[in-house]
Amino acid sequence: MLHGFMPTILNGMVITLAVAMASLCIALAFGLAGASAKLSKSRGLQRLAATYTTLIRGVPDLVLMLLIFYGGQTMINQVAPKLGYDQLIDINPFLAGVLTIGFIFGAYLTETFRGAMMAIPTGQREAGIAYGMSKPQVFLRITLPQMVRFALPGFQNNWLVLVKSTALVSVIGLDDMMFRAGLAAGASREPFVFYTVAAILYLAITTVSIILLRGLETRFSIGVKMAKL
Amino acid sequence: MNKLLGLLLTFLMSFVVNAQVDSKKLRIGVEGAYPPFSQMGADGKLVGFDIDIANAICKEMKADCTLVTQDFDGMIPGLLAKKIDAVIASMSITEERKRSVDFSEKYYQTPGRFVAKADSKLEVTTEGLKGKRIGVQRTSIHDRFASASFPKSEIVRYGKQDDVFLDMTAGRLDGAVVDSIAAAQGFLKTAGGRGYGFIGPVFNDPKFFGVGAGIAVRKSDTELRDQLSAAIKAIRSNGAYKKIQDKYFDFDVYTDGAAAIAPSKKK
Amino acid sequence: MNVDAIIESMPLYFNGVLTTIKLLATALLVGLVFALPLGILRASPNLWIARPVWCFTYVIRGTPMLVQLFLVYYGLAQFEWMRESALWPWFRSAWFCAALAFAINTCAYTTEMLAGSIKATNAGELEAARSMGMSRATVLRRILLPSALRRALPAYSNEAIMMLHGTSLASIVTLMDLTGAAREMNSRFYLPFEAFLTAGAFYLALTFVLVSAFHLVEKRFLSHLRAR
Repeated sequence: MLHGFMPTILNGMVITLAVAMASLCIALAFGLAGASAKLSKSRGLQRLAATYTTLIRGVPDLVLMLLIFYGGQTMINQVAPKLGYDQLIDINPFLAGVLTIGFIFGAYLTETFRGAMMAIPTGQREAGIAYGMSKPQVFLRITLPQMVRFALPGFQNNWLVLVKSTALVSVIGLDDMMFRAGLAAGASREPFVFYTVAAILYLAITTVSIILLRGLETRFSIGVKMAKL
Repeated sequence: MNKLLGLLLTFLMSFVVNAQVDSKKLRIGVEGAYPPFSQMGADGKLVGFDIDIANAICKEMKADCTLVTQDFDGMIPGLLAKKIDAVIASMSITEERKRSVDFSEKYYQTPGRFVAKADSKLEVTTEGLKGKRIGVQRTSIHDRFASASFPKSEIVRYGKQDDVFLDMTAGRLDGAVVDSIAAAQGFLKTAGGRGYGFIGPVFNDPKFFGVGAGIAVRKSDTELRDQLSAAIKAIRSNGAYKKIQDKYFDFDVYTDGAAAIAPSKKK
Repeated sequence: MNVDAIIESMPLYFNGVLTTIKLLATALLVGLVFALPLGILRASPNLWIARPVWCFTYVIRGTPMLVQLFLVYYGLAQFEWMRESALWPWFRSAWFCAALAFAINTCAYTTEMLAGSIKATNAGELEAARSMGMSRATVLRRILLPSALRRALPAYSNEAIMMLHGTSLASIVTLMDLTGAAREMNSRFYLPFEAFLTAGAFYLALTFVLVSAFHLVEKRFLSHLRAR
């Protein structure tokens, strides 16, 4: 029924997961930086972060991806020699996809993290500084651990949308699960079968994610009294 | 914090490959959805005439090649953006493309044909195809030819040739302008192509169809272009080419593949 | 920056904007019309009613819209009976398939949004209405829906913007929407930066129009919630 395409598609699933995980790392970095910039006292940083989130949320993922994949390389090729860097810097499809998705979801995570940071009383940070901790220490020991709890619900949502967005990298030629399902559909002339397989596998990924993240939420909420009606 | 940042940077940099501009390392753009020239088998491996030719040429040049799959409309932009160094994807050598890229000598030559339901009684002329939906692969010679020759038809553009055939069997297209061999072996011979056939004349106007399929490279890479041409010549003379040709076709695909294709069903 | 090529391609982009707007409006309208009853069913305390609706929204929200679009466009056409059915003239059109896939997608998200908003309605309001002698239908029409729809408005504006971005997928099934126009320009001139930057600017403008429109609507319907 599947004409032996199943192993290929499962391999593609590994690529899909790798793209999603790697993009998440980059998105986390952009998100933390963006949220810190939005909450900083510098007007310039605030504006920069605001421009970033508005631009990203105003343009479709697919257009951004095509822009970065084709246009970004052209730009690097033009800029790098001017900076005295003669060697060709190559962005492969994997990196292009990961960078783009990471960059896009960094903007969404910026909002999630900003909300979470604001939910932590300022007094706690002040107390940390009063104890003689440096700013990074305050961030790592006081802000971050509590932020996780506040950010998790929003984060779950962002992650699910991110996983689904990775399907778009097939359009720029990365051979992820979607790309392989498409090739199998074309070769076998049975598109319904193979796109259904892809849909089921995506559903599996999202379902497992929801279960895992729910566990994480319980873990990080230990010691917090639940409001009960 | 700084340590974290440093770690992240190293992690990122590990992805960025400093591709040496080295003739021994070649990234070749191929298609993967264009049987019998290039397609992905059930095991995820690329197979086809283009793929075998690419491997033979790399062996001849003693180059370390990576094959990069990409949709056809991304080939020239990818080449110009230095994402790939050469294109072996049945790309015809046309004057229009020569404005952007350079080509090696041809490695095969086949004409285009009009494919439709065998009993459709369509007349392949501007008037005969008026208002009809004609499928083509985006940016291919067939796209350019159909856009110029059938201005009164609706030209529907696809990323992959397979998708043109899928929509043809779905009945969304009245016809398609396709490479004769890609149509004959990739569609007409398969179960989905039953009831379809070639209609009208053979298209080989050099203005649109060029002088055969070559290997595209950037204009600045003249040395690579000459090496590729030499490699094609070498595999032609040492028998490697013939071996590959015989694996896929029972006719001479180098000079004119059309001669061997079954004659069109004349009505 | 090659401005001449951009200017030359403008007609392409304007047609693209029209296609994008038509697709978006159709999808949102159809999605909303079906989401209203589904949202009410989803909020029902009877699990036999709520669960099937949940299944629908879970599957749609758990899979990429690209897969859904391919299933509707390429997938259904695989079957002989589909191609011979009375519905086929509709499914033959790429426009119909795209609009249908988008409508199903936004319907699922909107259903959940409405259900959440309905469940969050103050129980006291409903009790009060019942004790005034209103029938269940009247309560639904006069009390529950007006307040639930109002509270769902901010979230719905987000959904509309996501949908605008989602319509860019239409270019993958041969439609010449805004993104399709950009791809066409790129394939004509090999100018990716110019092509996609122009499309991005158009989308940004459309997003701003949508955001302002929703601001106006919110001002009209949510004025009682404004801080003063």
